[in-house]
Amino acid sequence: MDPLAPAPRDRGGPGGPLLIACDLKKHFPVRSSGGKSVQAVDGISFSVREGETLGIVGESGCGKSTLARLLLHLIVPDAGELVFDGTTVRDDITVGALRRQVQIVFQDSYSSLNPRMPIRDTVAFGPFVQGKPKGEARRIARDTLARVGLDPDLFGPRYPHELSGGQKQRVNIARALATGPRMVILDEPVSALDKSIEAQVLNLLRALKRQLNLTYVFISHDLNVVRYLSDRVLVMYLGRVVELGRVEAIYTRPAHPYTRALLASQPSMNPVRRIEEPPITGDPPNPIAPPAGCRFHTRCPFAEPVCMTVDPPLPPWLGPQSHIAACHLSDRLPRRISHE
Amino acid sequence: MAEINELIVSEPPPLADRAGVGAKQTPPPTRVRGYWRSVGFRLRHDPATLAFAAIVLLIVLAALLAPALAPFDPYKESIIGRLKPFGWRGHLLGTDELGRDMLSRLLYGGRVSLLMGVLPVLIATLIGGLLGVVAGFLGGRTNTAIMRMMDVFYAFPSVLLAVAIAGAMGGGMANGMLALSLVFIPPMCRVAETATTQVRALDFIEAARASGAGTLTIIRYHVLGNVLGPVLIYASSLVSVSVLLASGLSFLGLGVRPPVPDWGLMLSTLRQSIYVVPYVCALPGAAIFVTSICFNLVSDGLRSAMDVRM
Repeated sequence: MDPLAPAPRDRGGPGGPLLIACDLKKHFPVRSSGGKSVQAVDGISFSVREGETLGIVGESGCGKSTLARLLLHLIVPDAGELVFDGTTVRDDITVGALRRQVQIVFQDSYSSLNPRMPIRDTVAFGPFVQGKPKGEARRIARDTLARVGLDPDLFGPRYPHELSGGQKQRVNIARALATGPRMVILDEPVSALDKSIEAQVLNLLRALKRQLNLTYVFISHDLNVVRYLSDRVLVMYLGRVVELGRVEAIYTRPAHPYTRALLASQPSMNPVRRIEEPPITGDPPNPIAPPAGCRFHTRCPFAEPVCMTVDPPLPPWLGPQSHIAACHLSDRLPRRISHE
Repeated sequence: MAEINELIVSEPPPLADRAGVGAKQTPPPTRVRGYWRSVGFRLRHDPATLAFAAIVLLIVLAALLAPALAPFDPYKESIIGRLKPFGWRGHLLGTDELGRDMLSRLLYGGRVSLLMGVLPVLIATLIGGLLGVVAGFLGGRTNTAIMRMMDVFYAFPSVLLAVAIAGAMGGGMANGMLALSLVFIPPMCRVAETATTQVRALDFIEAARASGAGTLTIIRYHVLGNVLGPVLIYASSLVSVSVLLASGLSFLGLGVRPPVPDWGLMLSTLRQSIYVVPYVCALPGAAIFVTSICFNLVSDGLRSAMDVRM
């Protein structure tokens, strides 16, 4: 069993999920709007099992990156709690202890490396601030650089501007791994890379996961990439979870109209399947004042009157084979999508 | 879509075969050069800046070695030898209105003028830079408090402010330097604050926080190195302003007191004799002009050498 939110003191631990996010909320106040706030993350709950890769997808601005930062307490959540390996963050373990076990790789490989610091120092910085002596930290940096496929003698003394995008992202992965985390949050790690480099980095991530027994939370807007790497997929819309399930289930039998629209909006390599009209139109609604009822009803092709008034709840997660969606109509929609 | 998926989704081949993991990437054979080394490299290949830097160095050396170089005592007056032209009885650059040797006074005056040019900038760089980094990094109310305080000083033109502060505290070299330092702190603070704010928003600061580093560690290892460049450039450009302002204060009688030789003061006292020995009277002005313009040009060269897009 993989309970989503059981009783507060009875979760995690050996055999349980590695990370449980419980009703995480982060609203950013907007000064000019008179006390209103952007609901970047609005009550998100999920769990990540040890050793799995949880993919998180959604449009830009749906709160994916905020969620990534909440998981590391880089942004302090307004409400909700984070349970890592059975211990509640801030109550039982400190944020510092959490950061020894969880690391993050950012999207922008350029701005996530200090331009004035040689690569080896950047990688050694994590172990160093976590109390390793300098020589030990350097040795770890060398090992980690070699692990991500960069020769420490060649690349160690270099500066970020002397590296290509793919090499920089490898350095970022090395930086995250240098502290020996159990879990890595990958915030769009390949979005800024060329397709050929992207494949290399994805393979590297897969190999590292196997070698180091890592657990990934993989955030991306690229559905192909998420499908390639993930075991389970969580679909976000406007700060909420709309669908969660195993990767095959999500991609072959999407239950939420938003997931269907996302899948249908991927450009096809097959000219027969190319579509003229976008399956989903317009921008996401203003996250300062999200629509009443289902947040997706303004763009949903199937919306019924009930969708405009009643906010559909996300059903509880019942087990590894569960497939849940926050939609009133999910039972009535045709399950298989045609172009698969 | 299915096609793309097949391309990517198919089980990856053994990893060592791919360029991904096992294979070492061979980078192009470029020279590995750090930021400061590449700045040095650019400077060495900029003859104009090098020439101006040499002049600055010469002026500094001449001032430092004034006791050895000066042919006469800069305080020794002579009733008969007043306002004599170049070369009069061994006085290479003539004499001033009290018969003192101009060359010796210019050399000794350089000491005072350069000190008043450099020291206030140093003080302002330390204090203003620190305030700016703190304001920029902490942001929020701290930033507002510090920067609004600096804005108060911006309400006055810098010359007026320096004159007002020096006037209020009374003249003298120490008060003059204090006044100049106070005048330079706000702009220096603003430069450091802007640079820090830019750096703070970058992901590597967040990555450092994720590694478990505290604020002071992050500032020390990740912020200072990135703020140092703009701050140094600005400081070097302030030196010429400071030399000018210091001379201005002395000219107005608010800086150095006679008979101590100082370029600004010498210009002030000699200006009444401009019709008697025009060339001699112009010398302190020329010294100020050359020094300040050379500092300025070196600062420009430094700026372009440091402006490496990375």
